[in-house]
Amino acid sequence: MTHLLTAAMPRDAAIALLDLAEDMHQIQDRQVKKLPALRGRTVVNLFFEDSTRTRSSFEIAGKWLSADVINVSGKGSSASKGESLRDTGLTIAAMGVDGVVVRSGSSGAPALLADWIGRPVVNAGDGTHEHPTQALLDAFALRRRIHGDAARGKGLDGVRVAIVGDIAHSRVARSNALLLPALGAEVTLVGPPAFLPPGAGPTRLGVRATTDLDAVIAERPDALMLLRVQLERQTGAVVPSAAEYITGWSLTDERLARLGDEARIMHPGPMNRGLEISSRAADADASTILEQVTAGVSVRMAVLYSLLASDHPSSADGGSR
Amino acid sequence: MTSARTVLGPDEIGRSLTRIAHEILEANHGPDDLVLLGIPTRGAHLAQRLADRLAAITGDDFGARVGTLDVTMHRDDLRGRPTRASAPTRIPAGGVDDRVVVLVDDVLYSGRTIRAAFDALADLGRARIVRLAVLVDRGHRELPIRADFVGKNLPSARSEHVSVLLAEADGQDAVTIEDAAPEATQEDRA
Amino acid sequence: MTTLLTGARVLGGEVRDLAIHDGALVDPASIDRDAAEVVDAAGLVALPGLVDLHTHLRQPGGEQAETVASGLRAAAAGGFTCVFAMANTTPVADTPAVVEQVHRLGLESGLATVRPIGAVTVGLRGERLADMLMLHRSAAGVTVFSDDGHCVADAELMRRALEHAASMDAVVAQHAQEPSLTRGAQMHEGALSAELGLAGWPAVAEAAVVARDALLAELAGARLHVCHVSTAQTVEVVRAAKARGVRITAEVTPHHLLLTEELVRGYDGRYKVNPPLRPEADVLALREALADGTIDIVATDHAPHAPEAKQAAFAEAAFGMVGLETALGVVQQSMVETGLLDWAGIARVLSTAPAAIGREPGYDAPLEVGSPAHVVLVDPAARRTIEVGHLRGRSANSPFLGVELPGEVRHVWHAGRRTVRDGAVLAAPDAGEAA
Repeated sequence: MTHLLTAAMPRDAAIALLDLAEDMHQIQDRQVKKLPALRGRTVVNLFFEDSTRTRSSFEIAGKWLSADVINVSGKGSSASKGESLRDTGLTIAAMGVDGVVVRSGSSGAPALLADWIGRPVVNAGDGTHEHPTQALLDAFALRRRIHGDAARGKGLDGVRVAIVGDIAHSRVARSNALLLPALGAEVTLVGPPAFLPPGAGPTRLGVRATTDLDAVIAERPDALMLLRVQLERQTGAVVPSAAEYITGWSLTDERLARLGDEARIMHPGPMNRGLEISSRAADADASTILEQVTAGVSVRMAVLYSLLASDHPSSADGGSR
Repeated sequence: MTSARTVLGPDEIGRSLTRIAHEILEANHGPDDLVLLGIPTRGAHLAQRLADRLAAITGDDFGARVGTLDVTMHRDDLRGRPTRASAPTRIPAGGVDDRVVVLVDDVLYSGRTIRAAFDALADLGRARIVRLAVLVDRGHRELPIRADFVGKNLPSARSEHVSVLLAEADGQDAVTIEDAAPEATQEDRA
Repeated sequence: MTTLLTGARVLGGEVRDLAIHDGALVDPASIDRDAAEVVDAAGLVALPGLVDLHTHLRQPGGEQAETVASGLRAAAAGGFTCVFAMANTTPVADTPAVVEQVHRLGLESGLATVRPIGAVTVGLRGERLADMLMLHRSAAGVTVFSDDGHCVADAELMRRALEHAASMDAVVAQHAQEPSLTRGAQMHEGALSAELGLAGWPAVAEAAVVARDALLAELAGARLHVCHVSTAQTVEVVRAAKARGVRITAEVTPHHLLLTEELVRGYDGRYKVNPPLRPEADVLALREALADGTIDIVATDHAPHAPEAKQAAFAEAAFGMVGLETALGVVQQSMVETGLLDWAGIARVLSTAPAAIGREPGYDAPLEVGSPAHVVLVDPAARRTIEVGHLRGRSANSPFLGVELPGEVRHVWHAGRRTVRDGAVLAAPDAGEAA
């Protein structure tokens, strides 16, 4: 693996990363939360878009692996003064950094940086494209919920996951729609018509898509992932109101009851309680929401280790792009 | 590759482990505070076998006193080699503080794995005493490290390749040595 | 000065000599052969000078990307002897002063004729009509009006523009893009845009405007020209309108004849263009439509951009591709080598028909005695991998860099004056120096 730009990766590579994350996860229980694997390595968190949660998670992951982590925010930096993406990337690369973690509002920006700067690049979310570490941590948290300590080596075979919300504009949904099926899960995308990605027929992003959340709940999925809904970003033609959205696509208390106790409830955060998810659902025992946050550090440690520990990373794991 | 010869068979391996178990008890004046930590992969299997023997000898339950210690993140050769996969670390519930920790590995060679193990162990707590048990010591140390308990000293040339096969991982018990192994494989045993 | 071209396959057909004297084609039998400069054209195809109805020369205001002079070098290198310069300059070509300046810069260069296109609306803002008659009556003699880059979305404005244009036998060239369906659009809308996370440009946003405009043109009795048709759906709409008798013409760009949306996968801004690259089915439909005459012409939409405008994240990169230098090769590849058009057909879609739509005289009897001597000699057997050195304009945002294309423009005469010799653009016509 030379970059992590997408969650599209072979099953073996995904399981290897999740297993590595399991080993990294053990650091949470230790007195000394520090591993020396990336000692002397410098990682830049290049965030053109604010995201305290993702940036902190990458920062902790890098520091727990003993890397030097530098945060460069798009705001206030030269990037906001008209410097091009390319010049910003080349400037940072010229400072001798070993890897760059990029968050950008522009789809494809990490892929371009990877081509330009000749350093390992991790996509920490690009526009409405992908957020591969989020998908990995979702898979990690779900696998742990299902298999517990025996999770190593396992996929998510036969696990039925419904992702609900603004799929079209969600990098989280897109990455999960790529990663979870590779691990054997059956993914269904659910949302109002304008929130489903363009395409022909009932298959979108390579998986099943539907507008009918209640029919999906009747199928008793193993996990329901709610996405943050940002109605303020929508024009009136898309979703008329919060009330309309709740009527069709919110995990309300009533839908929670129909979902049953077995299904896991997931949310990448930050949540809009009362909009896409009710407070009761968010706080239910079935909710993996805080586990997802914890998993984020472990998964990002695994990614940073895989990309940066060796000067000669094996190409055997497919070189996820 | 085909010139491998067997230097230890199943019976000899079994006898060696039994002897090491006795030596551990003798050095420790009994089983108190003992914790066995095997270094994955094969060191972990050996630690479990030693625990089984210690239980048989002492009558104590060693199930909660054996674990694994992965040293991957502490290795000094991560940069220069392909990305290494890690393995789980499983520390017994009582932890390692003030315990007598016996590190268990299959082959002692350069000593670098054991150095990494010291660092890994230090991050988990402060053991009272750390000892080292290995099935084979093949020499060629690059650090001032020696084993407390050795199954067999096996003088070897650097160009030779020593393999420990265990039933749990390899389907059979044997220690083999072969000539002119490729340099890369040789490095694997560092 | 008399020039004799010997052995060329005229319009790809019969081998015969051509003679140029005093800026016109003359009967080879009538000239003094001993006094003539002889150009051995054996193996070459003779075409009329090419006419591009859709070129962005960027001057005034965008000189870092292109100037009239540099754009005409690109035109000459591509075999063009006349280009229609789009109105989206800074300031916009909505006043006689601007169109006359562009026209004059073209005359100063001399490498090709520049016919300025006038804006339909003031500032291309789509709010009120530009002074179209003043532009028409200016020294630039505007006969084509377009807000290209923007759609004239307001139906009332479009109706009045068409009516006004009809009164002066001018044509309105519409950039057909319904704005409310293409907010933030970056690429063709479909499964690939969903996968890449880029906002989609649905095919219907083009066809819907063309359908409306066809009915408005019918109502106004005016001539409508559709810029850069990019979808099979639009082809159907144009075909139906023609069958109905609407005075509608349509163009397709070289890049839409050869490239597909798959190129966007790497997020390389070089492949960002408006309208966007489409799926292969559309590409094939566009070729068929060009072959059967539903689409009348090929126009380059040559759109130069400075490097920094393209070396950006895809959503921030500028729309557009340069195309003058490579147009003929792309059309040879997509239309001639596929058997869809012969060289006479190429002469029609790249010279006779665009000149007719733009009311540029002198192209109606290609390569016939008495016509102005706009002549291109092409080596159809040559193959070349396009490099930056082949691009003679100021910008290198070509999607064909690194692509092997057939054909090479060897010699060009614009009104009898040599502009390209052995593939090299001459600094000034007849000066004999390489630019």
